[in-house]
Amino acid sequence: MADILGAEVDEEGFLVNLKDWTEEIAVVMAKGDDIDLSEEHWDVINFLRSYFEEYQIAPAVRVLTKAIGKQFGKEKGNSKYLYSLFPYGPGKQGCRFAGLPKPTGCI
Amino acid sequence: MATKKFMYLNRKASYGTAYAIESLEVVLIAAAFDQDVSLAFIDDGVYQIVEGQNTDGIGMKNFSKTFHALGDYDINKLYVSAESLVERGLTADDLMSLVYEDEDDDWAEKPSVKIVSNAELTKIMSDQDVCLSF
Repeated sequence: MADILGAEVDEEGFLVNLKDWTEEIAVVMAKGDDIDLSEEHWDVINFLRSYFEEYQIAPAVRVLTKAIGKQFGKEKGNSKYLYSLFPYGPGKQGCRFAGLPKPTGCI
Repeated sequence: MATKKFMYLNRKASYGTAYAIESLEVVLIAAAFDQDVSLAFIDDGVYQIVEGQNTDGIGMKNFSKTFHALGDYDINKLYVSAESLVERGLTADDLMSLVYEDEDDDWAEKPSVKIVSNAELTKIMSDQDVCLSF
């Protein structure tokens, strides 16, 4: 089984145990995708984690987009902005960095 | 893609079987495809949206929290059988307060849960394109 800093990940690179997540793991995962995590990335990652904590699911992209716009300003509440941060999809890639399971309904 | 009216019937309590959580997963997927989704809670299904659930003792995820996200997915028609509540000694006050923001009314918070008689529920069901029972 593959691992990142000792934390087990599945064949798509998602953490198997949500509790294993640390910020360092997110940094290593991002490096693997050639991304240096900026403050903007962390805003989204932290949002995803608190959304999961509250609702026990990862938000659909549509819901994420709306919520980010509400919380961080209209200019950020669109998929173009989110894809510029997470080119493999804010849901899929963002959730992976955040240590969450793949979003429901994500193909 | 044409929009269809989907109703998901929830008949079982949350944690004894996988029906309840599987239903909720399918509901979220249908919503991701922009369909007209409604839920009905009948028989022991009414227990799914009872307030104050705690799963610490059984080591399972407390997915009752997820019902609070449904409003964000434009799922705001949650029908609860009045008869099923009465049979179990429950009232509207025992249920979670589930709300949605009405886009057409300046994002005012409105309740998503509606308690209806079985006769009314029958009418609502006959108005659907698809009913899926869990």
